[in-house]
Amino acid sequence: MNNLMTREKWQTIKSRYSIYLVLIAMIIVCNLLSPNFLSARNISNISVQISVTTILAFGETILIIGGLLDLSCGSVLALAGVFSVYVFKETGSLSLAFAVGLIVGLLCNFVNGILVRRFSIPAFIATLAMMTVARGIALLFTKGQNIYQIGDYVWFGQGSIGIIPIPVIFMVVIGVLTWYILGHTSFGRSLYAVGGNEEAARASGINIGRIKVGAYLINGIFVGLAGIILMARTNVGAPNSGQGYEFEALTAAIIGGTSFSGGLGTAGGTLAGAFIVGFLNNIMNLAGVDSYLQQVIKGAIIALAVGYDMWAKVNRTRKTLGAAKIPNERKEAKA
Amino acid sequence: MQKNLLEVRNISKSFPGVKALEDVCFSVKEGSVHVLCGENGAGKSTLMKIINGIYQPDGGETLIKGEKVEINSPIRAGELGISMIFQELNYTPEMTIEESLFVGRWPKKKFGQIDWKTIRQKTLQLLKQENLAYDPETKLKDLSISNLQMLEILKAISRDADIIIMDEPTSSITNKEIEVLFEKIADLRARGKGIVYISHKMDEIFRIADEISILRDGKVIETRPKDQFDIDSVIALMVGRALGQGYPKEEVPVGEVVLEVENFSGPTGFSNVSFNLRKGEILGFAGLVGAGRTEVMRALFGLDERFGGSVKVHGAPVRIRNVQDSIKNGVVMLSEDRRRYGIVPIRDVKENVTLASMDQFFQKGRLNAAKERSRVEEICKKINVKMASIDVQVSTLSGGNQQKVVLSKWMLQDPDILILDEPTRGIDVGAKFEIYRLMTNLVKEGKSIIMVSSELPELIGMCDRMYVMAEGGITGELERAEFSQEAIMRYAMNMTRKAV
Ligand SMILES: Nc1ncnc2c1ncn2[C@@H]1O[C@H](COP(=O)(O)OP(=O)(O)OP(=O)(O)O)[C@@H](O)[C@H]1O
Ligand SMILES: [Mg+2]
Repeated sequence: MNNLMTREKWQTIKSRYSIYLVLIAMIIVCNLLSPNFLSARNISNISVQISVTTILAFGETILIIGGLLDLSCGSVLALAGVFSVYVFKETGSLSLAFAVGLIVGLLCNFVNGILVRRFSIPAFIATLAMMTVARGIALLFTKGQNIYQIGDYVWFGQGSIGIIPIPVIFMVVIGVLTWYILGHTSFGRSLYAVGGNEEAARASGINIGRIKVGAYLINGIFVGLAGIILMARTNVGAPNSGQGYEFEALTAAIIGGTSFSGGLGTAGGTLAGAFIVGFLNNIMNLAGVDSYLQQVIKGAIIALAVGYDMWAKVNRTRKTLGAAKIPNERKEAKA
Repeated sequence: MQKNLLEVRNISKSFPGVKALEDVCFSVKEGSVHVLCGENGAGKSTLMKIINGIYQPDGGETLIKGEKVEINSPIRAGELGISMIFQELNYTPEMTIEESLFVGRWPKKKFGQIDWKTIRQKTLQLLKQENLAYDPETKLKDLSISNLQMLEILKAISRDADIIIMDEPTSSITNKEIEVLFEKIADLRARGKGIVYISHKMDEIFRIADEISILRDGKVIETRPKDQFDIDSVIALMVGRALGQGYPKEEVPVGEVVLEVENFSGPTGFSNVSFNLRKGEILGFAGLVGAGRTEVMRALFGLDERFGGSVKVHGAPVRIRNVQDSIKNGVVMLSEDRRRYGIVPIRDVKENVTLASMDQFFQKGRLNAAKERSRVEEICKKINVKMASIDVQVSTLSGGNQQKVVLSKWMLQDPDILILDEPTRGIDVGAKFEIYRLMTNLVKEGKSIIMVSSELPELIGMCDRMYVMAEGGITGELERAEFSQEAIMRYAMNMTRKAV
C-alpha cells in the first residue's frame, strides 16, 4: 500500500512537473557540454534574448487556454514598434511612445477579438488575416524603410536597473501578471472553463464574448510591449522585424504544456518552455551547430512537443472518456 | 448448464488515490442478462471498460468462451465480439446520423471510396426496423439527448456482437424507447447473446435480469440468480444499510407566485406555453420525450432563443436574453445533458463547483482560495460526492458523481428558483434519496423548484403540482391530490390540445 502511494505520488509529480524536470536536465547537460553555460553573463544574455518571444508566449498561453490563438503577433509587434519609435522621434517623449506602442497592440487585438467573437471567424483565420494586414500597414507607414537613430528609446531594450536588464524585468513582470491572471482572478477561471467546454461555461453564466475579447486585449498589451522592447534592443524601428516570432512563441507555450485543445496551461510552464527553447538555441550556437541545421532541429522539436501533446490527449481521452471519442479526436487533429 | 461467454477472474484496478476494483470475479452466460448493481463510484463502469479494452487491469485474467485472452484495445474487444454502450455519451456534434452509425466501419467501394448509398440504405433499414423516425442526414448536435442515446444503442446492437455491455442505457430515454430496448434485449437473449446491464433503476433490473451481481467499493459482494433477490435486499447490499421508505416529501406552505411564464414560443418546437410557479413549491413537468419540456426550460434559462412570450419574476417583468440575465434574476437550471452543458471535464472538481458563483470567492477579481476550498468541501460532503479530493479532474469521477458535481454547482450558487432537468439521472438509489431530501430542504427555506423528469414515480412522489406537456404545448395541470400515472399519461398522449 505504502509502495503504491509513493508510486502514485511520483506519477503525479512526473505529470505535473515534467516540464521543470526537463529544464533541470537540460541545464545539467548544457553545463557539461560547455563550462561557460552557467556563467551569470551567459544566463543573463539568454534571458535578454528570449525576453521578446517569451512575452509573446505568455499572450499565446492565455489565448490557447481559452481555445484561441494569435498568428498575428509577429506582425503586430512590428507595427506597434515602428509607431512607437516614430512617435518618440517626433515628440521625444518616452512615455508617450510607450503608450502608443501598447495602444497599437491593443487596437489590433481588439479587432482580432471582434472578428472571432462577433463574426465567428475561427481564430486561426482571423489572426492570419491580421498578420498580413498589420505587416502591410507597418511597411506602408514606413515606406518600407527602417527608422534609425532612435536615441534614448534604446533604454527599453538595453537599459538596466542595477544589474538586471530592462527586457528581463519586463519579461518577469508579464510572467507574474500572467500567473496572477490565470490562477487568481475570476477572468482566469472563466478562461479555463471557456477553453475546456465553451457550452458548459455559457450555461454557467459566463459571458463568453467578454472573456474572448478580454483575452485578446491582454495579448494586445503584451504584443505591444514586445514590439517596443525589440525595436529598442535592435536599435532600429524595423517594419520587417518579428517575422516568425509567432511560431517561436507558440513553441514555448506548447512545450510548456499548454494544450491546443484548450483549458490547460500555466505561466510557469510557458516560462520553462521558453527557457528550454532559449537554452537549446544557445547551446547549439556555443557548439557551433550550422544555423540551417538549427532550424531543422527546432522544427523537429515542435513536432515532438505537439505530437506528444496530441498523443497524451488521445490517451487521456481513451482512459477517461471511452473509445467513442477517438475518431473525433483524429478529425480535430487533421483540421 | 449454460456456457460462460465471458469470465473475468480476480481483476484489480487502481487509479491515483482510489482503488476502483479489487479481486473482482464476474461472468456472463450465453443467452442471459447479467445485471451489475452498485452505488455511484462502486466501479461498475471501470470493470466494463476493462472488459472493453479501454483500461488495462493491474491484475487478473479475462476468458472469452473459456479461452484466455488479452484485451488491450477497444478494437481488439470488437474483434472478440464485445460491444459496449457507454454511460457517457460522446459524440461529434457535426456528424450526421448515418455517418455516426457506421463510423470506423464504413462500407467501401472498389477504389476505397466510402459507399454512401449503401450506408443510406442500411441506415434507413435499421431505423425502420427499430421504428425510429429519424432523418439519416440530421446532425448529431440537433438531436435530443434521448435520441442520441437511442442511436448509441442501435450502434452497439447492429454490430452483431456476442457480448453486449450496456452501461446505464436507459438513463436518458423514456418509456416508449425503453420498451423498444427491452424487446431488443429479449431478442438478443433468445439468440444466445450475453448481456451485461448496468442500471440504477430497480424496476428495470428486476424485469430483465437473469443474474444480479452487486458491487460495493470495488468488490463483488454477491452474485445470485434474480429470484433469490428482492428489491430491498439488493438496495441493502448496495448501500450497506437500510434505506428510508418512499419519498422524503414534506408539506410546505406554498406562498405567492414567484415566476410567471406567458405565451412562450420558440424555434425549438414549443408554442403558447404559460405556467406559474409559487414560493415553496416543487412543480413537476411530465411528458414524453420530445414533448418540449427541456426546450421550454432552456429558453427560460436563456440558453436558447425564443420567438415570444414574457417572463415575470416576483411579479416584475424581466428580460432574459442569456444565462447571465437569468442568474441575475435568481433562476438557474441544471441541464439534462451534463457532458455538454454541465461539466468542464478537464478542470478539477473545485473549479467546476464554483464556476457559477465566482463572485462569492473573488473579491474585486481576486481569489479567496481558503474560503473556496472550505465551501466546496462542505457542499460536496453534503451530497456525498465520491472522489479522492476536490483537486481531481471531473472526468475521472464516476458518472453519478459528475452529476452530483453539477448539482453542487447550482446549490452553491444559491438561487431562488431552481429548474432541475432530470436531476437524478445516473444517480444511485441512496443518493437519490439524499437529493430528494435536499429538494425538500430547499423549499422549506422558501425556494422554489421546477422538476422535469422522465421518471413518473419521482414526479408523483416529490411534486406539489404538475404540468403535463405534449407536442410542444401544455395539455394538462394536476394538483397533488389528482396525481396518478393514468391521469398523467392521458394528458401526455393527448393529441388534440386543450386550452388550460
Ligand atoms: N480515469 C480515472 N482516473 C481516476 N479515477 C477514476 C478514473 N475512472 C474511474 N475512477 C474512479 O474509480 C471509481 C469507480 O468509478 P466507476 O466509474 O467505475 O463507478 P460506477 O460504479 O460506474 O459509478 P456510477 O454509478 O456513478 O456510474 C470512482 O471512484 C472513480 O472516481
Ligand atoms: Mg458508471
